[in-house]
Amino acid sequence: MSKEFTFEIDGRLVKAVQGDTIMQAADAAGVYIPRLCDTEGLEPQGSCRVCVVKQNGRSVSACTQPAIADSKVENETEEIQGYRRNLVRMLYHEGNHLCPICEASGRCELQAMGYRLGITQATKYPYLQPVRPVDASHPDIVLDTNRCIFCGRCIRASRDIDGKHVFEYVGRGIHKRVGVNGDRLAQTNVELTDRAIDLATCPVGCIIQKGKGFFAPIGQRQFDHKPISLGVAAVDPEEAE
Amino acid sequence: MAKTRVIEIDPLTRVEGHGKVTIHLDDHNNVDEARLHIVEFRGFERFILGRLYWEVPVIVQRLCGICPVSHHLAASKAMDSIVGVDRLTPTAEKLRRLMHYGQILQSNVLHFFHLSSPDLLFGFESDVAKRNIFGVIEAHPELAVKGIKLRKFGQEVIKLTAGKKIHGTSAVPGGVNKNLSTAERDYLLQDIAQMRGWAQEAVDIARGYTLEHMETVRGFAAFNSSHMSLVREDGAMDLYHGVLRAIDASGNVIFDQVDYREFNDYLMEEVRSWSYMKFPFIKRRGNLDGWYRVGPLSRMNTAGFIDTPLADEAHVEFRASTNNQPNHMSLAYHWARMIEVLHCVEKIDELLNDPDLQGDELLLKGERREEGIGVIEAPRGTLFHHYRVDENDQVSFCNLIVSTTNNNEAMNRAVTQVAKAHLSNRKSITEGMLNQVEVAVRAYDPCLSCATHALGQMPLDVELYDAQGELLERKLRS
Repeated sequence: MSKEFTFEIDGRLVKAVQGDTIMQAADAAGVYIPRLCDTEGLEPQGSCRVCVVKQNGRSVSACTQPAIADSKVENETEEIQGYRRNLVRMLYHEGNHLCPICEASGRCELQAMGYRLGITQATKYPYLQPVRPVDASHPDIVLDTNRCIFCGRCIRASRDIDGKHVFEYVGRGIHKRVGVNGDRLAQTNVELTDRAIDLATCPVGCIIQKGKGFFAPIGQRQFDHKPISLGVAAVDPEEAE
Repeated sequence: MAKTRVIEIDPLTRVEGHGKVTIHLDDHNNVDEARLHIVEFRGFERFILGRLYWEVPVIVQRLCGICPVSHHLAASKAMDSIVGVDRLTPTAEKLRRLMHYGQILQSNVLHFFHLSSPDLLFGFESDVAKRNIFGVIEAHPELAVKGIKLRKFGQEVIKLTAGKKIHGTSAVPGGVNKNLSTAERDYLLQDIAQMRGWAQEAVDIARGYTLEHMETVRGFAAFNSSHMSLVREDGAMDLYHGVLRAIDASGNVIFDQVDYREFNDYLMEEVRSWSYMKFPFIKRRGNLDGWYRVGPLSRMNTAGFIDTPLADEAHVEFRASTNNQPNHMSLAYHWARMIEVLHCVEKIDELLNDPDLQGDELLLKGERREEGIGVIEAPRGTLFHHYRVDENDQVSFCNLIVSTTNNNEAMNRAVTQVAKAHLSNRKSITEGMLNQVEVAVRAYDPCLSCATHALGQMPLDVELYDAQGELLERKLRS
């Protein structure tokens, strides 16, 4: 029988079962820990670092670090929110995130995270303005890596759920980007029904389904009235209707 | 060698976008030539290439913060063609029309009350410290409030139809993404009677000014030209959709009943080295004689009638003021603009009472095409959007002929004529004299940002050069 124990998140007592990550225990208790690379149904990888918390004073990613009995976890403290703000700001500066003209606007987790963390204006970081290709070769799907934040959700979904390995990282360092298993998307076996293509999988507007852009009116989009939090994540606009 | 001087008005004020005027004087201080320069560049036609066709209506509207709806709708009309839709559902077309009438209403009101009324109320050479919207608020508070509230009403219409007052997203290829709820309808209807009354007052003010100052109006930037606009097939003024009609200075038809998708057979654009704004002309008349005007004045001249009663009555009176001949007076743009405001209020009223706006059939889809052309009557005139989309759904070609661009030659002529009349043989140039030049440009309500598809700033610039092209004097305002 799994051993149950408790620990604290920002002073609140939270229950956990042996083997739970901090995030699993927090989710079960209704405590939101901000995240971008982690989403329901995918194996956590702890790469975006937005979910980093302090466990007994040590920085760890909440999505991969097991909860420890009687530990004290700092989540939405001023210090940690500051780190998250800087991480998210750097994501904006690293890619080409033009929210006003992006069809993911209003359902984009990066944008919603920016709002949640109070990022309302440009920052001191330089915009890298990378030149990345748009792959619109597939009849139903577009890959616009200008908007990619390297969360790897599409890679894990294609590999672990769809069993296809359509997406993978290519290149190194600053030249790293999401590539496809073929010269172009049209040459892969990706399909609209794949979990990797589900609009809830890509947290931004990197993977989009053709002909669905701007179908959700302003005011009825996922994050128009509610901040990103537990149970309020990106969903397919058609499913939301 | 003879010397000329050049006056530079830089920046032009109370216009949308950044421009400057240069006025060339000869040895005897006579105006030799005057030019309106548009000095911004943004390159929308270039960076839209490669983007996906359904993004276009949202991207290109960023050309402008004053008339984004016009670009949003013109691009949407082009994209309707791309997705093979020639006729929208009644709900979709009426929602778009409602949005468009809100747009013309707010933009025309903004121009008349906020930008031009200081010239008309206080005089072209009046005290510059008061010749602005704040002066109007101080001297005519009731009028200023009406102007502000009329514009607000237009913006509310846009917000409820497009999703936001500026840069909404509701028009999508093949239709719209929302209808108008009964609550939204009722919210707008509660103010409609008040708006109609104020629009009628605005027409009265503009007509009164024109008729009372007819001598000035006749002699100020008035010159013969051709005029062009969309009209409904039966000749009624139609701001959203129709066929192209052009008339010459005497009112004779140059072309009529032209499907706007064939506009390239009728119009061309000329590039001149000193301006980022091109010079369109009617092909068959050539680049020297083929220039024309667009916008409210032209629409009054090309339309046979207006299909709303109060605006039609005003249109009849407008036409009668020139014995039913084309009106060529630049300052008459203001009167025409206010007649359109009244028409828009009437149309909004008509649409709000139409149950089609609560319909659920929002989108259609047809057979995919490679080319799409959308044309609309924007506040400042006829607006052309032309795109080609490749087999991957990416834009491969884009050409925009923006309303203000159509008036490029006319604005240059207006500037030259007014400069010759007011700046020749003067020992010194005053701010008031330069404002006369600006009044001429301002009559066209130019959106210089749109015209060059350029970043929006407001200033205007006047420069004075000598015969050797040396800059002698420059007035810069922001």
